[in-house]
Amino acid sequence: MNRLLTPFLLALLLAPAARAGETLTIYSGRNERLVAPLYKAFTEKTGIQVKVRYGETPQIAATLLEEGAKSPADVFVAQDAGALGAVARAGLLQPLPKELLEKVDARFRSPEGTWVGLSGRARVVAYNTKKVKPEALPTSIQGFTDPAWKGRIGWAPTNGSFQAFVTALRLMKGDEAAKQWLVGVKANGPRTYKNNAAIIEALARGEIDVGFVNHYYLYAAKKDKGEGLPVANHFLAPGDAGTLVNVAGMGVLKSSKQPEAARKLVAFLLEQQAQQHFAKETFEYPLVAGVEAASALPALSKVGSPELDLSKLEDLKGTLKLLQEAGVL
Amino acid sequence: MSRRASRPLLAAGLAVAGLALLPAAYLVVRATGASREAWELLFRPRTLGLLGSTLGLALAVTVCATVLSLPLAWLTTRTDLPGRRIWTALLCLPLALPTFVSGYVLLAAFGTGGALEEPLARLGLPVPPVYGFPGALLSLTLSTYPYLFLALRAGLLSQDPALLECARSLGLTPVRAFWRVTVPLLRPAFASGALLVGLYVLSDFGAVALVQYDAFSRIIYMQYEGAYDRAYAALLGLALVAVTVVVLVLEARVRGRASYHRSAKGTSRAVAPVRLGRWSVPALALCGAVVALGVGLPVGILVYWAARGVASGEAGVWGPAVNSVLASGLAAVLSVVAALPLAVLGARYPGRLPTLLERSAYVGYALPPIVLALSLVFFGINAAPFLYGTLAMLLLAYLVRFLPQAVGTVRAALLQLSPRLGEAAATLGHAPASVLRRVTAPLMAPGLLAGAALVFLTAMKELPATLLLAPIGFDTLATRVWGATAEGQFAQAAPSALLLMAVSALGVGLLLSQEERARSSQVTG
Repeated sequence: MNRLLTPFLLALLLAPAARAGETLTIYSGRNERLVAPLYKAFTEKTGIQVKVRYGETPQIAATLLEEGAKSPADVFVAQDAGALGAVARAGLLQPLPKELLEKVDARFRSPEGTWVGLSGRARVVAYNTKKVKPEALPTSIQGFTDPAWKGRIGWAPTNGSFQAFVTALRLMKGDEAAKQWLVGVKANGPRTYKNNAAIIEALARGEIDVGFVNHYYLYAAKKDKGEGLPVANHFLAPGDAGTLVNVAGMGVLKSSKQPEAARKLVAFLLEQQAQQHFAKETFEYPLVAGVEAASALPALSKVGSPELDLSKLEDLKGTLKLLQEAGVL
Repeated sequence: MSRRASRPLLAAGLAVAGLALLPAAYLVVRATGASREAWELLFRPRTLGLLGSTLGLALAVTVCATVLSLPLAWLTTRTDLPGRRIWTALLCLPLALPTFVSGYVLLAAFGTGGALEEPLARLGLPVPPVYGFPGALLSLTLSTYPYLFLALRAGLLSQDPALLECARSLGLTPVRAFWRVTVPLLRPAFASGALLVGLYVLSDFGAVALVQYDAFSRIIYMQYEGAYDRAYAALLGLALVAVTVVVLVLEARVRGRASYHRSAKGTSRAVAPVRLGRWSVPALALCGAVVALGVGLPVGILVYWAARGVASGEAGVWGPAVNSVLASGLAAVLSVVAALPLAVLGARYPGRLPTLLERSAYVGYALPPIVLALSLVFFGINAAPFLYGTLAMLLLAYLVRFLPQAVGTVRAALLQLSPRLGEAAATLGHAPASVLRRVTAPLMAPGLLAGAALVFLTAMKELPATLLLAPIGFDTLATRVWGATAEGQFAQAAPSALLLMAVSALGVGLLLSQEERARSSQVTG
């Protein structure tokens, strides 16, 4: 039996996932449930097969950094600009064609042209509608240093999207002001959560009154638990750091052996169909002109994200240091 | 015992130890790029404070898990407790529950506004604390006690009953005989289990983050995930390696160098079970309470989530289930086989090199799993590109990660087995391999199976290595659960999580039924 079994086992263990024809390898830091239908539609349209490695964006980015020039990946689809920036800074991404980049507002792509935003995600203050009246909410993120919010705030300082917001605050107001905001909120004894989804959960349970999150987690939670969830989003005044719009985006790896097919995927995800998918299924903001956001959302132009070069959000080292100095981490 | 290990044995030991040290070697490579600032950050008071509070937690969890496991292991191996086998399988199950699920479950049950908060309050019962130190202690004790439970069980099963009978015949009461004979003989088993519990706590991130307890592993995650500062993260990782080495030295002191087998002929056979009589009721209550908290509660909450959620047609969970069983099963066999040379060296050969080789298995165990996964990405792509992206690569990762679980239990089993038995077989003309197969392995069966069960259960829930190193498209139940919870869709995660627990229960049940068979064949043969 062994003589039959051994080659079989060897074949099983070492089988490369080879497939005939063109096959793109996607490293996707975006959740399978959200994007798998898009990758499938791409194959249907172009005949190009895809293999997808799903994971958390930071871990996928760290993997790409370890793999370096030998990476089997063709494209990197990321949940935030910071991860794309880190991979680009290591020199692993190749420039994208201008006509693709220009489909998206200059604010939402890499100035060097190495990555492009696919969808927008705004920072908001989510609140428990049973415990907080919307008119009692501040118009600026600064308002949450007020002692009136003692014991009522939830935040996720280890989370990437929170850190991107702090980085924006630093870029806009300087390190000292950013530190003061952190110290001020910390004085209100905020509860610390692992991520945005946990904050929404805690808001729904009534454990906290307000929480700093991205706008679409609320809709995901409502989809999961029903519309009756006593939580709502509050957008701060336009131009406030608390309304930062970060992006999910993608880049093509320099190590890709089929850059042409990879660019076809970028083009596909910037088309109407894919952009509408983001609006409808993930409640994110489409970034290509002429595609409407979900009806429950204020228009992207009205959100008034601060004017910032998103690629500068890569400077997380300084932010981590600040968070450590403020005693938050 | 001044024998020297044979060359093939040493070579096998060296090869396995080399694999086990890969993560530490990777950290050294990465740390060479660290800036002076990074070194300064490493030694700031906050870093050291976090390390201290994490060590405190590890110690507290180990103590609590021991207090829980010792009576449970004794009840399920030495008494006529009704339904022993079912209790055993159930008591192991918390190991298969990913911490990112068990943490959520605890919060959903006992957190503010949680499902059980109000009912408990109405009954006038206290709500267990879920945040900070008490919460971390509770959730980690519940998810790690099976390490000790399985190790102590294997220890009890392979103990020679003649010793206990001897003690009784010399006039010790059953209780005193238990404390003076049974418990001291469990030292190797206890050490192997306690080491796994303590080091696991150091590496854990999921549970402590959810219950809002500041732990050392968190700052390592931050560096990888937020700042992509691999050099600083590597320094922090090396700090954990240093702590592990200190723990290993301390553990060796505690364990001592004693041997735990009889010198004369004879082998272990089943002990006549203690009749519990009216003590069955509190014994069943204890088992019931632990199972209710560790298994019943998660299953209940998962069922509740599944029922409440919008039932969306979950596409094929059977494929991932088959993948999970295949990978975890192979990992279990592989780990026990690879653990053998290390365990034999550690248990049978005094001396610096054999001891070092055996201990090296543990060096990477306190590292957060993501560090280990990245080290194997680095190793795979640079040194073994033909393996990269294959199932073999994933199994290698599982092997490196779970080796200590197998080494500990196998070693403990070996220590209770007289080497004279093997030597006798050798003088009767058996080759070493034949001695192993026909004498040593059958006698060690409880230890081997406990090791396999541990690896199987923990591999079923493994995540970072599975996500980064499995062949693309190789979905497991754990990646399915993660995929759903990552976006907060608990209702959709519930069916996969329930299936994960069910399949794990079946797997462990199967392994433990082998254990029973091995025992009965010892008695008759």
